Amino acid sequence: MAVEEERIDSWLGKSVKRAEDDRFIAGRGNYVDDVRLPNMLHMSILRSPVAHAVITSIDTSEAAALPGVVAVVTGELMAQHNLAWMPTLSGDTQAVLATDKVRFQGQEVAAVVAEDPYTAHDALELIDVVYESLPVVVDPHASLEEGAPLIRDDKEDQEDNRIYHWEAGDKEPTERAFEKADVIVSLDTHYPRSHPSPLECCACIADVNPATGKATIYMTSQAPHAIRTVFALVTGLPEQNIQIISPDIGGGFGNKVPVYPGYVVATAASLLIGRPVKWIEDRTGNLISTGFARDFHMKGELALTKSGKMLGLRVNMLSDQGYAYADAQPSKFKAGLFHIVTGSYDLGAAHVVAEGAYTNKAPGGVAYRCSFRVTEASYLIERLVNSAAYELEMDPAELRRQNFIKKEQFPYTSVTGFVYDSGDYHQALDLALEKSGYTSLRQEQERARSEGKLLGIGLASFTEVVGAGPSRDFDILGIKMFDSAELRVHPTGKAILKLGVKSQGQGHETTFAQIVANELGIPPQDIVVHEGDTDNTPYGLGTYASRSTPTGGAATAVVARKLRDKARAIAAHTLEVAPEDLEWELGRFFVKGAPDKSTTIQEIAFAAYTNHPLGMEAGLEGVHYYDPPNMTYPFGSYVVAVEVDPDTGEWMVRTMVAVDDCGVRINPMIVEGQIMGGLTEGFATSMMQQISFDDDGNCLGSNFMDYLIPTSWETPKFELFETTTPSPHHPIGCKGVGESATVGSPAAYVNAVIDALAHLGVRNIDMPLTSAKVWEAIQTAPGS
Amino acid sequence: MAKQNLTATVNGSPRTSDVEPRKLLVHWIRDELGLTGTHIGCDTTSCGACTVLIDGLPIKSCTMFAIQAQGRAVTTVEGLKQDGKLHALQEGFKEEHGLQCGFCTPGMMLTASALLEDNPSPNEEEIRWALSGNLCRCTGYQNIVKAVKWAAKKRESERVDAGPQ
Amino acid sequence: MFPSSFDYFAPTSVDEVLSLLAEHGEDAKVLAGGQSLISLMKLRFASPARILDINRIEGLDYMEENGSLRIGALVRNRTMERSELLSSRYPTMAAAAPLISDPLVRNLGTVVGSLCHADPQGDWGSVMLALNGELVARSANSERTIPVAELIEGPFTTTLKPDELATEIRVPVADGPSHGTYLKLERKVGDFATVGVAVHLTFEAERVKRAGIGLTAVGPSNIKAEAAERVLEGQALDDDVIKEAARLAAEQAEPHDDIRGSASYKREIVRVFVTRALRAAHHPV
Repeated sequence: MAVEEERIDSWLGKSVKRAEDDRFIAGRGNYVDDVRLPNMLHMSILRSPVAHAVITSIDTSEAAALPGVVAVVTGELMAQHNLAWMPTLSGDTQAVLATDKVRFQGQEVAAVVAEDPYTAHDALELIDVVYESLPVVVDPHASLEEGAPLIRDDKEDQEDNRIYHWEAGDKEPTERAFEKADVIVSLDTHYPRSHPSPLECCACIADVNPATGKATIYMTSQAPHAIRTVFALVTGLPEQNIQIISPDIGGGFGNKVPVYPGYVVATAASLLIGRPVKWIEDRTGNLISTGFARDFHMKGELALTKSGKMLGLRVNMLSDQGYAYADAQPSKFKAGLFHIVTGSYDLGAAHVVAEGAYTNKAPGGVAYRCSFRVTEASYLIERLVNSAAYELEMDPAELRRQNFIKKEQFPYTSVTGFVYDSGDYHQALDLALEKSGYTSLRQEQERARSEGKLLGIGLASFTEVVGAGPSRDFDILGIKMFDSAELRVHPTGKAILKLGVKSQGQGHETTFAQIVANELGIPPQDIVVHEGDTDNTPYGLGTYASRSTPTGGAATAVVARKLRDKARAIAAHTLEVAPEDLEWELGRFFVKGAPDKSTTIQEIAFAAYTNHPLGMEAGLEGVHYYDPPNMTYPFGSYVVAVEVDPDTGEWMVRTMVAVDDCGVRINPMIVEGQIMGGLTEGFATSMMQQISFDDDGNCLGSNFMDYLIPTSWETPKFELFETTTPSPHHPIGCKGVGESATVGSPAAYVNAVIDALAHLGVRNIDMPLTSAKVWEAIQTAPGS
Repeated sequence: MAKQNLTATVNGSPRTSDVEPRKLLVHWIRDELGLTGTHIGCDTTSCGACTVLIDGLPIKSCTMFAIQAQGRAVTTVEGLKQDGKLHALQEGFKEEHGLQCGFCTPGMMLTASALLEDNPSPNEEEIRWALSGNLCRCTGYQNIVKAVKWAAKKRESERVDAGPQ
Repeated sequence: MFPSSFDYFAPTSVDEVLSLLAEHGEDAKVLAGGQSLISLMKLRFASPARILDINRIEGLDYMEENGSLRIGALVRNRTMERSELLSSRYPTMAAAAPLISDPLVRNLGTVVGSLCHADPQGDWGSVMLALNGELVARSANSERTIPVAELIEGPFTTTLKPDELATEIRVPVADGPSHGTYLKLERKVGDFATVGVAVHLTFEAERVKRAGIGLTAVGPSNIKAEAAERVLEGQALDDDVIKEAARLAAEQAEPHDDIRGSASYKREIVRVFVTRALRAAHHPV
């Protein structure tokens, strides 16, 4: 064993190189499509070309007769097994394969199972479906109007296209605040539909073994345990016979949380045929049918005094949910955590009215690093604050400073019911302004304007709410949102950690090993981290909404501490002292006052199996299910400077400074990677990403030529900085960070472009701010 | 049409099989040769996850028929490691956290490897330009640029150490 | 992602291709770069019964000045991008080459193939209209040159006959100091043009001798802005002439509203780009 040259006191704050990289750089990742099983079949899906139509007939005979085709599955066949419809994660239902009608373009209508994927796709062309078109509704406002076509006529008590009505805050005090206001700023904006679009599409291999009755399902799933339970309920297969294995996942971003029809059809097909069935989605399928993101129509009003003190906030929001209410969010909150919309500000009154409507589009909504709709909320408030600054002729940084929740006010209870754990918003903003050279930027902007050049500076100061969540408030389909960690130390002092969360690139194999290392002193390279196999990991709710470190990380720290307590008892036994006479430093116990009398964690691990105290169980292991006492509240301030070409409307980012505070950072390198990924998604959202529909319900963003992902050439450079305000309730002070930048940055980019045009009177352009839209805004601006 | 015989050199070794002409190169590499490091991310030739080298030139293997590789040298990510030694890019991607989910990484590294053969000391702009056909959803590209620069520097120092040839 | 079946041929000489085209031209497609063709086939928007892969044919990858600038059918966009000949003497082409699609696609795609594909959003068509390029088309018993203006018939339609193979593109050698550029408004690298403008000018003394302007993505096919060209020829490039040429070019464009922008936006971009391109050529060396 190599002699340790440097004594490590802590494994937190260390940018340990990632353990998972070795296989990825060698091209030896194990994604679902890389898995081959003997006798495996391939499945393809036939999708509806129309958005709303009755299915008059389906003729699969020619397809079934094609050599190499083993089965053609329709909704009718699924219905015979009670599988034509399935529950969604929000308590609604959605179709697996269409039976009566299709309700969105791209909906799954039939599936072909064949010996090879080429044949499976050849057969699709031979399926003859006759559709009888129905009127289409693609606008949620229109869908709520009298006389709109009824989309969910399959549901007994559904008389219109209304899904939910939900409120937060308090109407009365808010009305009074608005009556007292000197200034009311309003913003009517559509946060457009976009799509997480991870580079790996959704996929599964369903292997229902006819001899054992065991169903092994390889699946791109961010939440394999919850999905296993849902599968058991939906398919009737006994839960102990279902094993979901999520191997390496090529990006999730919320896209891989829901149960998709392809998974259910593949499983049913495997059950009926008795061979494994592989279904690999293509990009068109991914974009046209899987969980999209956003699509909130928001009207916000902010009431202020003339000196800039915020008095109240009123929000009306209409959510376009597609044809089924299918997004994954805690059941108590119909609009996710949208009511965090008071943001970083000490607002005395707020009232949020949220409604959801059906349209002829794919279902979804909560996805793409949104923290359960915090993206939408944060965007709205930061854009409103920007508008208020113009209205009051105040510097937007000053306006924010004046209204921020102050450091001394934490823990802070907001008027919509959140208890913010900790924060120092002033510090983060000041740092962002300093590092971006804000004052010089403003001076430069003055000069630029006099030369007819358009330079804009945008700010955003966001507060996130993540780590879902405390059992009193959080459940998905009734399952509470705890998370878990199971830790076992082997006789030779190495360890295995098994988790209920599931990384899709966030680096858990490294970060979580660091958590254990920090509690027990076992070096991270001696700890293997295992996730994603439901037979071999404790039950968890998975990875999304930045919850892994706040919940799974906490569980890991707690279980490691339990093991340390047992280690102390074993050490006391082997050193023949009382447990209280021992002191701990990372990796060993030593006798107080006699530091040479010590024993390492490795020695203790060996003793746990060879020399444990009489009456004590052998081994050194434990499992912990962690119920977080509260959410965590990462926050930050972003400053963006842009230049706009007045003749073409094109804009480019000149400066992007991001200050993030996610509490304690376990692996700063990984944290920064998450932030940069999110800043890029925010950039993409603000400049180019959108899934839109024409009046016939044709999806205009179902491939990468139409749905735009920025390349290395467009993507700006980022300068990252940090402040650290630990979470007081988290065992190691961490808050989670995966989504902060996607939440906070779109408003910063948009505020910057608006700022470049503000002197012309422009106040809003809805995202994406394409060059065409920016140009139009300049043409129609009052001051042009 | 009946299958045709395809023989190509893949990562230095001759590989041969009978393929339908319509079989895409990426499918031949993944399904027939079992080299699953080359990935499929889209269906419109847009993402570059399928990038391989043909006679040293990076191309999208989803938009080439396997039969077109007849008699040519194909390099996939599995061929980057030579004589038991990782390519400087493979090391650089790990050193500089140039990957998160790993799905775009093989394609990125192969395109970058061709860049470094062409231009041993590229600047940031040249790197971003060369990689603009490879999409990444996780990293925001900044660390990928750093990884390529790390690799360029390592190769430079190895050349210096090796002395005049 | 899964093309339909086809019969595959890999001829090793031009004569072999021509004989195959003579027999099968109606339901055969020539495969050079394949970046457009195979993309369409993967989505089953094209399902040709026969593919004639010409990549094995030697001697089609030349780029030389020989009477005119001659570029063979297998010259890749990558070669165009790196060519010193183009950057020193054919600035419009040199400006366009790096803007074609993305670097990986450029490694395989060909200029000639792009012209035969005749995508109204394709860049090379506009460049060749501005340069008065000519395509050489050969069949088993004939050879002809087709000015690009007569080659492009409509969206994805050319006047090439089913039994013809395009073997080279010819660009007139500049007969005086020449200037030009290609400006492309695209939403990101790899996107088709929202608007593209190719400008090519040759000068005599201080006046424009010949002007060529081609427009991308603002009509059913690439547009040669002839009215604008005529107003420039014989003139010194002052602000008034530039303004008028830009106005005429914009007028000749036939853009549509779509997700990339409104028709009026695109028309305005034509005007702005023609103005910028002409201003950049204002001071001939």
